[in-house]
Amino acid sequence: MKILIVGGGMGGTILANNLARRLPNELKSGKVQLTMLSASDKHMYQPGLLYLALGRATPDELYRDQAGLLEPGIKFFVDPVEQFLLDKNQVKTKSGKVIDYDVMAIATGSRPVPETIPGLAENAEMFYTEEQAIKMFRRLQSFEGGKVVIAVGVPHKCPMAPLEIAFMLYDYFKDRGILDKVKIHYTYPIGRVHSLENVAKWAAPEMDRLGITYETLFNMKEVDGKAKVVRSEEGSTAPFDLLISIPAHRGMEVIEKNGLGQGGWIPTNRQKLNMEGRKNVFVLGDTTNIPISKAGSTAHFEAEALGENIAAMVKLGAPVRDYDGKVFCFIEAGKDRATYAMFDYLNPPDPKEPTKAVHWFKMAYNKLYWVSARGLL
Amino acid sequence: MSEPRVIDARNTFCPGPLMELIAGMKLAQVGDTLELLSTDKGSANDVPEWIHKVGHELLGNREEGGVWHITVKKVK
Repeated sequence: MKILIVGGGMGGTILANNLARRLPNELKSGKVQLTMLSASDKHMYQPGLLYLALGRATPDELYRDQAGLLEPGIKFFVDPVEQFLLDKNQVKTKSGKVIDYDVMAIATGSRPVPETIPGLAENAEMFYTEEQAIKMFRRLQSFEGGKVVIAVGVPHKCPMAPLEIAFMLYDYFKDRGILDKVKIHYTYPIGRVHSLENVAKWAAPEMDRLGITYETLFNMKEVDGKAKVVRSEEGSTAPFDLLISIPAHRGMEVIEKNGLGQGGWIPTNRQKLNMEGRKNVFVLGDTTNIPISKAGSTAHFEAEALGENIAAMVKLGAPVRDYDGKVFCFIEAGKDRATYAMFDYLNPPDPKEPTKAVHWFKMAYNKLYWVSARGLL
Repeated sequence: MSEPRVIDARNTFCPGPLMELIAGMKLAQVGDTLELLSTDKGSANDVPEWIHKVGHELLGNREEGGVWHITVKKVK
């Protein structure tokens, strides 16, 4: 059986290593071939960008060589897919190779698209690429006070990022001794400060306590760099001296160009994780259109379910389990306290009061991630 | 009138029905109709509130067997 994984991010890498660990004999005997195609020879730990923007991580800490993360037996090529020929069970790569598959998993991820809001890319600081995060770090260092507005695009990767940056900025300015000169104003697209009701119930009083003001039902329409205001679709304006944005995201262009899904999101069965209408094509991570958090944690748990299922398809002829919607997200509540939200399709999260212990667990996970990517944790 | 595009946000918590609708509206063309399915009873109020505030057109808001069907037309 030829198994092809398209994408070398968190989801694709965990899936590849999970499969390699489940199918060592089949890979050795040649009964199974496991191939990964990626656009890069490097693997980035994307959650680390939040820390980079605040000067608490350096770029080199966020990268590993992709080949070094993969189990023996996985064929890895830096040769991104340009055409998906689903009716032929083939893909065509940038180098012109045509690769056959029996089972394919697509995990191409998502990309920030600040350019969809006029004026946003030119006037906001962001932390969704290494370049953006370094620029934001430098801007923060030279910031001496004023109104800081946090504005959030839809949909966005990492649903906890808006809250985390708000609380971490509070401590950042406090540590710099300029908190009395800074006013943090948080905006959010829906009618409460976070999409998860129980998280919002914890976060809003926390913002009140810290003096962080907030405005809900605020969807960015445009940013006027001269007037230094963000205008919302809902008709309000937020003046700023420093604009921090969690930009909207879309799926990768190759998905849209191949007509696999509007916005680059592939219609995906939320339990089986197969592409709608295709039994041998699976989708995981940000690439799905499943109405669930676009987060590494989602990709991780989807990859574990898919790894078990694809291995069962090899050994038993059919998948064995459903993905239950499990997500686990840490929530940094400042520089040294954190909580978490764990939920699935049926059970909402119940976040506890932030503690230092959970923060240090998160700091440990930032290192343990490389074990996780190898399919060990 | 063509069939509305369905956004099935039943039994999900994050990013939730309204955020899914906002994302869907961004990809839709002016004149398109979207039907949001939600099992969150809060959607019956907070989704129409957002639709009115932004100025889109609410075409329907009904509950069937614990599922709210909220239909909206993108008008700008």
